[in-house]
Amino acid sequence: MRPGGMRLGGAMPTGRSKDFWGSLRRLLARLRPDRVKLAVALLFGTGSVAFTVAGPRLLGDATNVVFNGVIGKLLHPGLTKSQAVAALRAHGQGHIASMVSGMNVTPGKGVDLHQLGVDLGLAALVYVLGAVLSYGQGYLMAGVVQRAMLGLRREVEEKLSRLPLRYFDSHPHGDVLSRVTNDIDNLTTTLQQGLSQLITSVLTIVGVLGMMFWISPLLAAVSLVTVPLAIVVTLLIARRSQTQFSAQWERTGTLNGLVEETHTGHTLVQVFGRRQATIGEFNRQNRDLYEASFRAQFLSGIIQPAMQFIANLNYVVIAVLGGYRVASGLMPLGDVQAFIQYSRQFTMPITQIASQMNMLQSGMASAERVFEFLDADEETPDLPRAQATALAPRREVLGRMDLEDVCFRYEPDKPLIENFTLHVRPGETVAIVGPTGAGKTTLVNLLVRFYEIDAGRILLDGTDYKDLTRDEVRSAFGMVLQDTWLFAGSVRDNIAYGKPAATDDQVMGAARAAYVDHFVRTWPDGYQTRLDEDASNVSSGQKQLLTIARAFLADPSILILDEATSNVDTRTELLVQAAMARLRHGRTSFVIAHRLSTIRDAGTIIVMDNGRIVEQGTHKELLARQGFYYALYNSQFSEPEAAAS
Amino acid sequence: MLSRLLRTYLRPYRRQVAVVVVMMAAQTGGNLYLPNLMADIINNGVVTGDLHYILTTGALMLAITIGLGVLSVVGVYWASRTAMGAGADIRAAVFTRVQSFSARDMDHFGTPSLITRNTNDIQQIQLFVQMALTLMIIAPIMCIGGILLAIKEGAALSPLLAVSVPVMAAFIGTVVAKVVPQFRTMQGKIDRINLVLREQITGVRVIRAFVRDRSEAERFAGANLDLTTTALSVNRTFALAMPALMAVLNLSSVAVIWFGGHLVSGGSMPIGNLTAFLNYIAQILISVMMATMMAILAPRAVASAERVQEVLDAAPSVTAPPVPRRPSSSTGQVELRDVSFGYPGSEEPVLQGVSFKLRPGETSAIVGGTGSGKTTLINLVPRFFDVTRGQVLVDGTDVRERDLEELWCSIGLVPQAAYLFAGTVASNLRFGNPDASPADLWHALDVAQARDFVEAMQGGLEATVDQGGTNVSGGQRQRLSIARALVARRRLYLFDDCFSALDAATDARLRAALKLEARASSVLIVAQRVSTVMDADQIIVLDEGQVAGIGTHQELVVTCAPYREIVISQLGEAAAP
Repeated sequence: MRPGGMRLGGAMPTGRSKDFWGSLRRLLARLRPDRVKLAVALLFGTGSVAFTVAGPRLLGDATNVVFNGVIGKLLHPGLTKSQAVAALRAHGQGHIASMVSGMNVTPGKGVDLHQLGVDLGLAALVYVLGAVLSYGQGYLMAGVVQRAMLGLRREVEEKLSRLPLRYFDSHPHGDVLSRVTNDIDNLTTTLQQGLSQLITSVLTIVGVLGMMFWISPLLAAVSLVTVPLAIVVTLLIARRSQTQFSAQWERTGTLNGLVEETHTGHTLVQVFGRRQATIGEFNRQNRDLYEASFRAQFLSGIIQPAMQFIANLNYVVIAVLGGYRVASGLMPLGDVQAFIQYSRQFTMPITQIASQMNMLQSGMASAERVFEFLDADEETPDLPRAQATALAPRREVLGRMDLEDVCFRYEPDKPLIENFTLHVRPGETVAIVGPTGAGKTTLVNLLVRFYEIDAGRILLDGTDYKDLTRDEVRSAFGMVLQDTWLFAGSVRDNIAYGKPAATDDQVMGAARAAYVDHFVRTWPDGYQTRLDEDASNVSSGQKQLLTIARAFLADPSILILDEATSNVDTRTELLVQAAMARLRHGRTSFVIAHRLSTIRDAGTIIVMDNGRIVEQGTHKELLARQGFYYALYNSQFSEPEAAAS
Repeated sequence: MLSRLLRTYLRPYRRQVAVVVVMMAAQTGGNLYLPNLMADIINNGVVTGDLHYILTTGALMLAITIGLGVLSVVGVYWASRTAMGAGADIRAAVFTRVQSFSARDMDHFGTPSLITRNTNDIQQIQLFVQMALTLMIIAPIMCIGGILLAIKEGAALSPLLAVSVPVMAAFIGTVVAKVVPQFRTMQGKIDRINLVLREQITGVRVIRAFVRDRSEAERFAGANLDLTTTALSVNRTFALAMPALMAVLNLSSVAVIWFGGHLVSGGSMPIGNLTAFLNYIAQILISVMMATMMAILAPRAVASAERVQEVLDAAPSVTAPPVPRRPSSSTGQVELRDVSFGYPGSEEPVLQGVSFKLRPGETSAIVGGTGSGKTTLINLVPRFFDVTRGQVLVDGTDVRERDLEELWCSIGLVPQAAYLFAGTVASNLRFGNPDASPADLWHALDVAQARDFVEAMQGGLEATVDQGGTNVSGGQRQRLSIARALVARRRLYLFDDCFSALDAATDARLRAALKLEARASSVLIVAQRVSTVMDADQIIVLDEGQVAGIGTHQELVVTCAPYREIVISQLGEAAAP
């Protein structure tokens, strides 16, 4: 049971860390602000272990008091101990005599109830103190760990907003996500459970071992023999079960893959008449998984009985040997009882340490990945002068854009955009065209300042981007991007994302303008319909329209339409275009388009290929040049009638 | 829910379960008996100094220990067989049931949810059964056996049990009652944090473009603090649980020796029994803890079982009649008669009063706006959904009266989302026709204009395809999915907007080849581009769920206003005189 979100049979165990100690040190450094609490917790932990370890010894003493009383009663009152021993010997009870000689008995005297009370009172006190200290330790650790994790999560989130777009574009989203979610979860669990328990386990082993040797070096030595036995048995079984476990994981993976694709391609499986064949394949794989998981479960399942067996073996040996020694007067009975309790406490932490070390290993691997993320290069901060002017009241953005000798490369040795100059008057439309993968989004990245240019300058209304904050630049733009990002929330909130304070009328107005009103109303909950996590309950065309509605509502000065209409069918596009024309009126617009209508009335067309700008000019100019645009236009937009017009 | 599910799926394993119960019971009994023998050693061996007795009893204890080891291995063996077997059976049952679901049932549960139910949820149940077969059997036997033996060894001490066991049970009950719901809340809050982070990563461009970083940060900060508060409370409750339980256990031992000491002193109890009693009380309390573990794990398994049972209880919404009607011949003829369709609970129907016919040898096309119901309409033909009103007839027979497998085997479907399965190009192409020869496959690839890139792929027909077809481009996926339908050789082809990623020239070549290939079949194409549908024998124009016009391009351009708009938007004024 781990209070960090159980993942029974969940993900594959995470790998080993590369720099275990380095990561551990860095992680512990994060706990430094709470070092006083941490020290107190450690102190409490040590104290709790000490008290818990002392307990059985005190109980043993109490048992001795009782046993002494029992034996004492058997002997004649009035005799001294040595007289009694001699008498026993004389009666041929040599064994009992030697036992008694080793005991602290007063012949004729029964159980010393006062002494018993003192011993037991002490034991009770020790146990209660041990429990209180252990609770104190857990309470403090929970506070320290949760505070540290709160801080770590906050830092990770802040980091997300400071990372340049370059980072997100060059790292798979799944990888970033897993660092900021799974790895942090895993780390929390490790710190919450692994660390303090590991310390407690080690301390317990040391304490218990010490007590065992103190009580009886012989029995302790015998018990220690079982330790390597336990380790060897565990290792032998574990190695075998490990291979079975990886087989189980692998087959679980393949089977889950089959389930996933069969359910995803459900209609295909049905309509192609593959139902029976698929079920047959599933049954075969299911059978394989069953075999592997049975073997894995069985092998890992017998570790516990095997340990129990070794513990029992130990118990029997101690019982016999201890009994023998008590009977021979070499050891008091209470000590055997205490010893048995200790030997039980001894095997548990050994098995625990093994699993805690694993936990710590995977925790450190997670810590490493989180730290790697936190160490990634950040966006250069806005210049101080930009921050200073940003405080001044917002001016109305007119929408004049000037790009002067702009140079940009994703990789230093691969030239992309070189000395690119473009002047856009307020209200003008710029079309960006080129084959798929030509790098049209690169230009958008620079305009919205997702990426910083290497040389040259970009001016908005005559002000250099460098003298503006990124937020100021981006506030001027409205975008409808190629990947239609919607978040889990109502349709209404998604449309109002760029203008949270919008009224319902404004939202519906934007929705009507973007042609989403009709289909939203066909949904059971209308505007309150919740889009699920990946908005998979909405078709791609509908998603596109929703993001268009969002742009409508945000009412920006400069518009960027990144293949805005590529997922919308032509009939809808017609309506959207009409609305767009209205929206574009008086606004500067950059449109990445595949449609003739957008291209023809653009003030400037920028033609891109292989990430570079190859031509720029008006439609007529570019056609007349008979260059790349001419070829592209003819292959991509050649409808017989259109070419004639 | 859990018990109902397990009753059904453990029934075939009842013999194995019985073996496990016997093994576990015997093993627990043996473990309980060991302290008893220890007491004998003290009472009869140590106190009387009988060394021989100590050794023989020791030998007996050793034999029992070995026997116990064997018993538990056998028990674990059958427990693993049963748990994993039942898990596999449930998994197969869910899978088979989902296979019989209609598109509406799939929508109802959601594909990702069905995948989780079919995988993770069953894993949870499987793990629970494994634990239950060991812990759940051991705990009660150990508890009851411990109590009985404790009473036998020291009846006078048993009132102690009447105090410590209820105290412990009450304490555990409180912790469980408090922690389990908190756990659920905490998991919800972890999910919430992860959702916010996921959205910040996937939506980074939009967030930055709309300058919403700050409000996103606030959203996160709220969720973060919320999680911390709950996690702190859960962990602190937990921090209390273990020490408190240990304290109850240890204080019980103290009390046993105190009261036991008096009894021994008074001569009413042998001293060996005192030591044994100490052991029993420890075992009783450990068994109570085991039961608690199960109580904590159970809610997760119950929740999983509920989700699994829901799937198993859901009857497929589309089923063939007991005695299906067989059309006399399969020609590919389709007729929609006054068809309407609406999702339950929605304000407006998706389709209203749609009628048209598809004839063999003819190509028909559907054009219309997003949300005009094109895909829904196509899905009515293979009966993925049932009409709300009207009739869909394939080969002259209402689809609701036909056998589903047989109906499907007359249709070649190319869906909007071109989905490929993990395997090879060939295994994908043979999906609807396992016996197709390589020549058949190449022929279909030729028609689908896919030969060039398949030839260029490493391994050609045997080139690997990743799940979903993610290792080929969108356009290639569409062409392979078209070829897949062609390899199946059907009398009726439905192409749902599957030309969108092709350039105009490839689109044109493909349609020309298709016309020849499918000359004996009925073909229905949903398309965005006018150029794709212009030369169809009939064009059906859908507008907000209703038919706005049916006819050829030449006719519609003159008579149908919505169609004219589309043509003008794509081809310019000159195309629509």
